[in-house]
Amino acid sequence: MNTESNAIPEFPIEARVAAPTVISEAQRMYWSVRRELWENRSIYIAPLAVATLALVSFTLSIIAGIWERPLRLDPAHPQAPFDMVAGLLMVTGIIVSVFYCLDALYGERRDRSILFWKSLPVSDLTTVLSKASIPLVVLPLLTFAITVATQWTMLLVSSAVLLASGQSVAMLWTNLSFLQMSLLLLYHLLTAHALWPAPVYCWLLLVSGWARRAPFVWAVLPLVAIAGVERLAFHTWHFAVLVGGRFIGDAPTVVSMGPDKFPTDPMTHITPGHFLASPGLWVGLLFSAACLAAAVRLRRDRGPI
Amino acid sequence: MACIEARGLRKAFGTTIALDGIDLRVEEGRILGLIGPNGAGKTTALNAILGLIPFQGQLRVLGRDPWTEREQLMRDVCFIADVAVLPRWIRVSQLLDYVAGIHPRFDRAKAEGFLAKTTIGRASKVRELSKGMVTQLHLAVIMAVDAKLLVLDEPTLGLDILYRKQFYDSLLNDYFDRSRTIVVTTHQVEEVQHVLTDLMFINRGRIVLDCSMEEIESRYLEVTVHPEQLAAARVLNPMHERQLFDRSILLFDLNKPGLDPIDRPQFAALGDVRTPNIADLFVAVMSSQDGLAQGAAR
Repeated sequence: MNTESNAIPEFPIEARVAAPTVISEAQRMYWSVRRELWENRSIYIAPLAVATLALVSFTLSIIAGIWERPLRLDPAHPQAPFDMVAGLLMVTGIIVSVFYCLDALYGERRDRSILFWKSLPVSDLTTVLSKASIPLVVLPLLTFAITVATQWTMLLVSSAVLLASGQSVAMLWTNLSFLQMSLLLLYHLLTAHALWPAPVYCWLLLVSGWARRAPFVWAVLPLVAIAGVERLAFHTWHFAVLVGGRFIGDAPTVVSMGPDKFPTDPMTHITPGHFLASPGLWVGLLFSAACLAAAVRLRRDRGPI
Repeated sequence: MACIEARGLRKAFGTTIALDGIDLRVEEGRILGLIGPNGAGKTTALNAILGLIPFQGQLRVLGRDPWTEREQLMRDVCFIADVAVLPRWIRVSQLLDYVAGIHPRFDRAKAEGFLAKTTIGRASKVRELSKGMVTQLHLAVIMAVDAKLLVLDEPTLGLDILYRKQFYDSLLNDYFDRSRTIVVTTHQVEEVQHVLTDLMFINRGRIVLDCSMEEIESRYLEVTVHPEQLAAARVLNPMHERQLFDRSILLFDLNKPGLDPIDRPQFAALGDVRTPNIADLFVAVMSSQDGLAQGAAR
């Protein structure tokens, strides 16, 4: 080891700059969210991987399908493969959110890095909100962007294959209304996959800030216990259905539709007024806010494990 | 305004009292060494000062309550709680980006300047760096922050002797000036001996010694007593006695109540007189605290 590499840095004192830069709360939030993305790369890698996989299998299937039929597009449901990709990415988003939330406030205490984060001028509120924004804002928007990009790529691949086999692409382009599908998807992601399941994600964040070990067990056990007690006492499953519905995004965002209809089906009639007026939404959001407030307090109180 | 001011600072964990109502005052521009055995309350005191734990009693750091105003306080305070707390997944470049993004007093160019003198690569992750390099990195970040108070809790724990020496050298030469205050706890007492301006011993949640390094020189004497003078020396009520080879070394506190105000030259007649080093003073103070006046601690 030479002395050069071993040297602890030195710097003349007189070169110090005294004037502090002004840093807004929005900037702190921005960097805190970026920090989360650096640490948890699965937030974007997982949906990108699923999208790539879906694209590859879709391409293979239409190339294979071209010999049997002009194109495996059901005229009654031309958007079916596109819906499937959207659904796959929604499920991916849910899984990533759950794992992210359970580790968000637990991991930093386990590896003691919370002591480093707390040595910086970022409040517990900013930190907790930046972590909550991942499942509630970042992942829905990311899922939207990746889904739309994937669907466009699928459309282009389909067109290329059709043209290459000398067929017309007119049906493909006229039967699908992409803009409408995309807007419906955005609406669905922001309502059914962000606002509606917010209490679930905020509950997971709270437990991850509270548990000294095994946050998954602590998060799930009370739910199972409540459902079990309800089953034994009243022979009903209301609680399990309630939590499950929140989890998978079964929200009253659209006029009741058939079981085979996808939320982005062009025939769907969205009902934002109905959704916003549903007490369940507001009770859930109140519960979410309470969980986040408790998580902020816990982050102040709890040190490394 | 004092940099840190505490009155009746108390903290209990369950039935264990970690801080038993301590008073302390650290003026601006001092380098205070907080020394004590394991479980004495050093880290608890620092955690209270840094707003990491709630406490009872009065405590102001740079005029703020650390528990309720941690975020604002951290604009002017830096701390290294442990050498191992930099997140292992972060890249060096990301760390600089992040701190530059959120810290109003961080000078990125300065941190880059520090790092240029090391072999730490910008693309490296913290997990890929050696323990010494992580400390260099953490220090480069901390020293690029124009803070008023720097708190170091066992900053050199687990580092080899080269890094430990450089750590304190660069802290003194490149960072410290009269407008900054540094509080450091360590077990490596001998390393900080020449760094400190003030010394504080803490034991069982209480401060048992609080004085400046100049005071130590005027107040404490260590005498390697000539064997024939031993009885005469013991009469003078030494606070501690230990044996080194076949010589007795006695440590005297000239402020001790009951000790006659004797001139230092008179001690010279008893043997070789010098100022005790901090480690020996620490052992003496701790063992007299524990009622083990006869050097049982050695």
